[in-house]
Parts: sequence; structure tokens; C-alpha cells
Amino acid sequence: MALQAAVDDGWADPDRLYRAGRRARLLLETAREAVAAALGARPDEISFCSSGTTAAHLAVLGALLARQRTGRHLVVSAVEHSAVLAAARWHADGGGELTTVGVDRTGRVDPAAYAAALRADTALASLQSANHEVGTLQPVAEVAATCRERGVPLHVDAAQSVGRVPLPGGWDLLTASARKWGGPAGVGVLAVRAGTRWRSPLPEDEHEGGRAPGTLSLPLVLAAAAALQARADEQAAEAERSSVLVERIRREVPRRVPDVELLGDAERRLPHLVAFSCLYVAGEALLTELDRAGFSVSSGSSCSASALTPSHVLEAMGVLTHGNVRLSLHAGVTEADVARFLDLLPPIVDRLRRVAGAQDL
Amino acid sequence: MTEPALTIDATGRRCPLPVLDLARRIGEVAVGDVVAVRADDPAAATDIPAWCRMRQQEYVGSEPDAAGVPAYLVRRLR
Repeated sequence: MALQAAVDDGWADPDRLYRAGRRARLLLETAREAVAAALGARPDEISFCSSGTTAAHLAVLGALLARQRTGRHLVVSAVEHSAVLAAARWHADGGGELTTVGVDRTGRVDPAAYAAALRADTALASLQSANHEVGTLQPVAEVAATCRERGVPLHVDAAQSVGRVPLPGGWDLLTASARKWGGPAGVGVLAVRAGTRWRSPLPEDEHEGGRAPGTLSLPLVLAAAAALQARADEQAAEAERSSVLVERIRREVPRRVPDVELLGDAERRLPHLVAFSCLYVAGEALLTELDRAGFSVSSGSSCSASALTPSHVLEAMGVLTHGNVRLSLHAGVTEADVARFLDLLPPIVDRLRRVAGAQDL
Repeated sequence: MTEPALTIDATGRRCPLPVLDLARRIGEVAVGDVVAVRADDPAAATDIPAWCRMRQQEYVGSEPDAAGVPAYLVRRLR
């Protein structure tokens, strides 16, 4: 329904007053209300933009710009998504100051260490809701309480959590990506709490209340909102279902494959994501074998990514960066799929270790 | 600083090869001795200490040589 309406009327500019424009505006505002409700925000706090990456850039750089008289100090965790870290580096390259807070071996930030990084001239703090590579939930509520006490606005990159787990409160800016909640690529969400100072780091533009430049793709935004609403209805049940499968993977992989390091917090984690590293195995070879077997998995391994540097997340955790596998379970993944994965993985790892001459090491 | 009893040159080798080189050859030194692994793959900075943790060997630290290539020092404990 929403999609058909969007396709019919999506050509129209919601900022225009002709009939189709008014209808487009109505659809857009309905989508905004739906997304706001899912994020625990007011509709006027929500802006749509072209991607989760853009949303993160806008949140970080816009909040810093609005508070530059307070100071130019930014605090981030070492395991943020590259979109946040790229904005942080941009800020530092432009003369701003940056403090990066480390994590423990599970990838979790210590709230006390995070608090210690805040200063009188801290303009913004940024912390993800959950890690995108290992699934560890971050102590957002604790950090948010400290930030509030110290008068520092907090940006939460919630891309991994929206549509998967209940969102933490206490944020001043929140960003997300529709693609990550099962919506289409090409829609990001920037939420700025009423009363939070924010100024666009980009040239002036009237769209989305001056927060995100350019005309939106209305069909994509409506599809994103519809996907989020559908997800919200199933969120708790799907989290329960995928959590059981992930627990099985976490239990069985170390049992069946020697020298595997399970990554992330065993309890405080996303329900659908599981990651591990296999000693002496090249990540790219492992992914290729798993792909051949019908499993589309990811890796933070340096050998598999286009970049020649290891995953900054695994590096910050101090865990094996090679032989890394990350499984993200979508709603279609069944118990039988998991059983097949668990049967196929050990011989694949064993074969790769033999090829490398590592079977007895 | 303990002189390494063995220096492994893993320059130009990509992960996980420097770690494999270390695992293959650490048995050549006596327990208590130090092995140095020269490696220019940045992943070695994380993977060699992680290997030490998994294999109960001691990671001593790293120091760059004259060319700026880090040498990762590992003491054989077992």
C-alpha cells in the first residue's frame, strides 16, 4: 500500500503546494511519525538523509559545529563504525581535538574510562549502541547519565540496534540506517533531540528542516518506514528466535573447531550477530569456501577486506584479526541452516589449515 | 633487553603467515629464550600478542629496527 502510493506520488516534491506535492508531503510526514515512534522520538526531531553514513557524519560534525564556543574536543570509542571515526578524523584534521576511549577484550567500553575522557571543553561524545563486528552492547545508559551530568551532548550510532533490540534512552543525537533494519539502501535517519544544539556542517539547504540537503527519494523513505513498522511487530519474537540460534553457534563452534576465539560479550550482545576468529586461517579463503557452500558471511579480517589494514575493532579488542567470520542472522535463517553451517565449518577450517601446513601447530 | 635467540624474517608476508612462521619455529629455541619476528603487516601487532595469549607464551613487546620494521619479541614459556 505505502509502496504503491509512493510509486504513484513519489515523483512529486513534498515541498511544493500542487496537489501531488501535498499528497507527497502527507506520505512523508506519516513515514516520519512512524520512524519517530520506533526510535522513541518526536516527529520534528527526525530528519531523513541518503544513508546511515551521511547521518553519522551530519550528527557528529553538526553537533561539534554548534558547540565550538564550548570547545573543540570530541570523545569517541575505539570501536565505532568507520563512518563515525571518519567524521572524528575529519574533525581532528581540521584542528579539533579527539580522545578515543579503548575497549576490553569483549569490545565493551568501560563507563568509568569513558567518563574520565570527558573534559570541560568536550563538545560532543559519541558511542554506538552495539558493535557492528562483534555484537557487544555498549553501556549507553551509564555513559548517557554521565554526559548529562557533565552537560556534554551524546551521539548514539544505533544502526545495529534499530529494529533488533530496544533502544537505549538518554541520547541527544541518534543515527540509524534503513538498510540495517531491512529497509532499502539509500535512507539514513538523523534524530536530534529538541533543545540539542546542532548546526549543519554543509552549505545551507531548505530540505528536511535544513538538516539534510537535497530532495529525498520518497518511495525509499516510505519503504524504509514500512519495513521498520513491520520489524517492530516481530522484534521481540525474532530476537528470541535468533538469540537461540546464536547461542547454539557460540556453544558449538569452539566445540567442533579447535583454536577458535569467540568474539564479543557472551551475554550483553545483539541477538542476531556472532563472530569468531580461527587461528592460522586466512579470512578470505574461509569466506570463499563458506560462500561456495551457500553462506554469505562477512569478515573483519584484513585479508578479506579491500583495505590492507586489520579491522580497527578487532585491533582495539586485542583479538586475532585473521581468520575472522561474522554471521548476521536474518529472519529467514532456520535451525537447519545453522546445523548445516556447524557441520560444514570444521572440515573447511581443517582443510585450510592443512593447506597452510598449520594442522599440528 | 634480552637478545633474541632466533630472528624470523616475516617481512612482506601477510596475515596469518607471520604468526604461522612464529608457531613453526618457536620450538627451535630453549624454554626461556626469546624469538623476534620481523613483520611489516600491521595485523601482526595484534595477532602475535593474541597468539601468545592463546598458546600461553609470553609477549615481551615490539621494537622497530633501523629500517622502521617492527620486531615482535616472544619468550618461549613451554
